[in-house]
Amino acid sequence: MMRKTLLLTALIVALVGSNQYGYAVIEAVEFETKQQEKRYKTLIDQLRCLVCQNQNLAGSDAPLAKDLRDITADMIKQGDSDATIKAFMRDRYGDFVLYEPPFNWSTAFLWLGPFVLLILVSIGLILNIKRRQEDDLFRPTQATDDAERIKVRNLLRDTPSIGINNELSSNETNSDNT
Amino acid sequence: MKLKYIIPLLAFFAMAFLLAKGLTLNPKAIPSTRIDKAAPDFTLPVLSSETDQFNPSELKGKRWILNVWASWCVSCRDEHPVLNDIARAGLAPIVGLNYKDKDDEAAQWLKERGDPYYKSVVDQDGRVGIDWGVIAVPETFIIDEEGKVIYKHTGPITRELVNAEMLPLLTASTNTAPNN
Repeated sequence: MMRKTLLLTALIVALVGSNQYGYAVIEAVEFETKQQEKRYKTLIDQLRCLVCQNQNLAGSDAPLAKDLRDITADMIKQGDSDATIKAFMRDRYGDFVLYEPPFNWSTAFLWLGPFVLLILVSIGLILNIKRRQEDDLFRPTQATDDAERIKVRNLLRDTPSIGINNELSSNETNSDNT
Repeated sequence: MKLKYIIPLLAFFAMAFLLAKGLTLNPKAIPSTRIDKAAPDFTLPVLSSETDQFNPSELKGKRWILNVWASWCVSCRDEHPVLNDIARAGLAPIVGLNYKDKDDEAAQWLKERGDPYYKSVVDQDGRVGIDWGVIAVPETFIIDEEGKVIYKHTGPITRELVNAEMLPLLTASTNTAPNN
């Protein structure tokens, strides 16, 4: 038990430690205004590091990521808009450089796929519920007249897989006796 | 009724097929945005030269190769003999983009392993590399007579790759060159 706790503590310390190191790689960039700095931070969050692929520019210590951060900062200081900076990156590295891919033919399935799936499943579910509601077997208690009740009873008797069948027929014999 | 039970199985196979296909793709091979577009312009100093500069317009009318390399790049060692072969066969002029390297180490590398390059240009800060969409060294481009990028390969080139993919593009140049 003691050993387990020690191991766990070591693991937590290691994780927290590596995390701090992970964020320490970004160099400080001086901007004239707070707004520029905010734009810089948002942009390097939204742009992908091409080398490591699953990190954004903000979290990567790859040399190319640093170069792209520098370019981003320089372009902001020159007064370029976010759109211009993103266009610069896309011209060179394609849509892949954006963490949120734009909507076009090659990404249509990515964007619409979940909704198509949701609609298909919803249609299936609605059809299934409708079918169940129309099925007499699933609502025997809703039968209003005797003719229907007898029909349901006959149906249940003829269905060997339904467990209540025996019980039902024994009730029937009881009622016949009285 | 039977079909209802087959659908989940079919869905499973479709999913398995897609995932299996995904495993065979190379995630590092990001399609180049420069294909079929004009090659990015640049003027850079030539390695081991005090005054000489290179600009892509110098090779207009020729089909040429741009090879991004560096002496610190390990897999460049593997492709270097292949580049030497291309140069020896005289297939096309190869321009070396010496990416974020030290001049003396780059010169030493060429002295030791042979120099396949028509010219090697110095991209000290890597900005020209970024213009070309370079992600990882080595990368190899083919530029056509009009200065359009027609091919890109990420990673070291091999003899098989040259024969299968690059040679058809390079030999096409001798057929079309007289038109220019």
